[in-house]
Amino acid sequence: MAPRFEDLLHPRPEGLYCPPGDFYIDPVRPVATALITHGHADHARAGHDHVMATRQTLDIMAIRYGADHARTTQVAAYGEETRIGDVTVRFHPAGHVLGSAQIAVEWQGMRIVASGDYKPRPDPTCATFEPVPCDVFITEATFALPVFRHPEAASEIARLLASLRRNPDRAHMVGAYSLGKAQRVIRLLRDAGYSEPIYIHGALEKLCTYYQSQGIELGELKPATIANGEKGQFAGAVVLGPPSAFGEAWVRRFPEPLISFASGWMSIRQRARQRGVELPLIISDHADWDELIETIERISPQEVWVTHGREEALVRWCAMNDITARPLHMVGYEDEAE
Amino acid sequence: MLIFASLLQNLLFTPSRNGKIRLLVDQFRTVPDPERGLALAAITRELDIPSVKPALLRELVSGRVDEELFRLSYDYVGDLAETIALIWPVPGGEREGRNDAPTLSEVVDELLAASRREGPALVEGWLDRLDASGRYALIKLVTGGFRIGVSARLAKQALAEFGQVPVEEIEELWHGLEPPYQSLFAWLEGAAGKPVSAALAPFRPVMLSHPVEDADFSKLNAADFAGEWKWDGIRVQATVDNGVKRLYSRTGDDISGAFPDLVDALSFEGTVDGELLIARPLADASGIEIGTFSDLQQRLNRKRLTARILKDHPAFLRIYDVLVEGSEDLRPLPFRERRTRLERLAGTFDPRRFDLSPLLDFSTWDDLAAHRAEPPLPMIEGVMIKRWEAPYLAGRPRGEWFKWKRDPFLIDAVLLYAQRGHGKRSGFYSDYTFGVWREEDGVRELVPVGKAYFGFTDEELKKIDRYVRNNTIERFGPVRSVRAEPDKGLVLEVAFEGVNRSTRHKSGVAMRFPRISRLRWDKPPAEADTLEAVEALIPGPAIDA
Repeated sequence: MAPRFEDLLHPRPEGLYCPPGDFYIDPVRPVATALITHGHADHARAGHDHVMATRQTLDIMAIRYGADHARTTQVAAYGEETRIGDVTVRFHPAGHVLGSAQIAVEWQGMRIVASGDYKPRPDPTCATFEPVPCDVFITEATFALPVFRHPEAASEIARLLASLRRNPDRAHMVGAYSLGKAQRVIRLLRDAGYSEPIYIHGALEKLCTYYQSQGIELGELKPATIANGEKGQFAGAVVLGPPSAFGEAWVRRFPEPLISFASGWMSIRQRARQRGVELPLIISDHADWDELIETIERISPQEVWVTHGREEALVRWCAMNDITARPLHMVGYEDEAE
Repeated sequence: MLIFASLLQNLLFTPSRNGKIRLLVDQFRTVPDPERGLALAAITRELDIPSVKPALLRELVSGRVDEELFRLSYDYVGDLAETIALIWPVPGGEREGRNDAPTLSEVVDELLAASRREGPALVEGWLDRLDASGRYALIKLVTGGFRIGVSARLAKQALAEFGQVPVEEIEELWHGLEPPYQSLFAWLEGAAGKPVSAALAPFRPVMLSHPVEDADFSKLNAADFAGEWKWDGIRVQATVDNGVKRLYSRTGDDISGAFPDLVDALSFEGTVDGELLIARPLADASGIEIGTFSDLQQRLNRKRLTARILKDHPAFLRIYDVLVEGSEDLRPLPFRERRTRLERLAGTFDPRRFDLSPLLDFSTWDDLAAHRAEPPLPMIEGVMIKRWEAPYLAGRPRGEWFKWKRDPFLIDAVLLYAQRGHGKRSGFYSDYTFGVWREEDGVRELVPVGKAYFGFTDEELKKIDRYVRNNTIERFGPVRSVRAEPDKGLVLEVAFEGVNRSTRHKSGVAMRFPRISRLRWDKPPAEADTLEAVEALIPGPAIDA
């Protein structure tokens, strides 16, 4: 009997499993061999025996979990072929965050690409997404509703700068996920000509330093800690912190804090209001609806498998366009933190 | 249009009242006529443009977007206007639209000049030329509902701040003015004199009360105050000025059109303050009988007033104050004197349409508490306490008028069904149908009596959501039925303001303003209340709905 796609990759409770190579992609539980697409905590977890990922993803995991997060590690360079069991594996840029990769697996003439999380538009802080021809394209669906159409990030940054000019007495507190989003926002501010020091919450420090060590210029960064009597220096300043810090007293120490949040969710007004966001910035590291369908059209695979997010709508779109598609019902991947 | 869209966006996301006022003042200062006036009119809903129905917009969008994808999106976003604004596919695939749309005044002018049939095509053309935030503003403009947390009152306050004048001056002038308010802005900018209120029968800002606190009673002397029933109708101001008759809501909206029967019956010159109720003449013509709140609801939000509605649900005004008599402004007089004047005036009123709200007899706060505990009619929601010496002051002055509301009714009911919420609650089962026990022919079963979707904290919502997921019996689309047996189920303490008979509900009763007051995790469903206990709270004879 001819092999089926499911013989090459299929979901298990641990994650996407590849029987002929005996490995998992982005497993949510500890396994013997894990191939990791990128460093976000729901995809890259500690405790695997052997981990294969890009150099930068491995570095990020070591920063987050310590150098001993796995017994052994193996570097995957973009575009380089590696044999695992009977399977050929290749990593390709996903354009999501620094080090992020799509993983292509080939076996008996079939190729499946697991894209992890991705965005096709250029991002100055990571390698640009590369469409890889394949039989099955496994796509995320974080923003897979036609209401999600992310504007140009530069125009959102321009709104932040306009607000700074309008509210010179207020500290602009920008919530941004600590891996990827924060560095991208900083870099976009620099590209827009903002040269003041940018203040960062302690949780962002190591990753910002790492990005800088990888040649990504972020300009002058200072710790967002307030020494006695120096509260005033934060008036009109940009302060970045992880979303989790915004529920804490930390925010209220700053002068007249203006709450901003950089996320793809910010295009939904109720979402923004619910979080008490005054300046929503629609900046996402995921593909929006147009980009998801453009990517599928461009790759034009035989089948589309949909992992986490709003699978239903993307599967519906595929059906309308005569593309075989099915949801994988993967559990354990978050979309709230984006 | 773009300036207006950005104003709306900023107003929506600015949480503080002062921040919103600042934004409006900025708008008044920087945007020229007539744009600023039109924006003001749109926000205060004074802009009378032929509206486009939401259903029509939905039709426009369904010509362009797959029904199923629209449904999934709407379910996620929760707001129809916002869903359409976000999902609208721009021809040519330009990610953000071209934003070369006309100005707000051009939009308004074209809509005013267009026929009913041309309106939707105009809107469709503009939607293609705007970005998401512009589309949102346009949709809100033509459907006429903003929900941006700006009341007409707040807008007037911003005007007052802009011109450094008391807000009451704006409120008094308001009804004589027309969008785009050039004469008003000219006055506020000091470029012209105060506009003369050309309109007859203007609105006079109303006097409001504070809820009384337990601690207040020890500080207040009962002899200094009058007591009245607090009516559960609609606070209105009726005014007649040289034959021009108007009925205003407490915020100054002209609602004359909805109550022509009452307006026609106004027969005096002056302005009175009172409660709009429904009252039918008694069969023996000896007086009137006040209707229930559900009677009043029959008159509200009606698109068309039929002769039958006017006859079966006659509007009635129970008056408690007089502001102007003839051309004499009585507002500076103490309440005691105004009441005397009102009683004298009352003799001229048509008793089928008007009467006076009676004063309550009391000499101590305990006497008044006794009245409050035993209201003679279901349309009473507590008592009002008014200082005899208080002049009629606009706004909510401290220490003059107090309201002392009746405690809500409480029942213990059992959770039967839960439905997924919309918008920010779209991931949660947040709408709850609850029931009570009915015993018939020896069989005891739970019958639904109402639905509640607030009154709980976010923490409690999470807990109920988990409970619903773990105790689901059946699923019907977004609704789940949950276990509800004598020894297994979730008891909800439900607070509500009243209960009426209803032919629309299986149980035959409908609650007013039900909300969850407590979660009774401790209580077995067997001990929840019975339908009999609920029915006992229904006022008066059965009424056909």
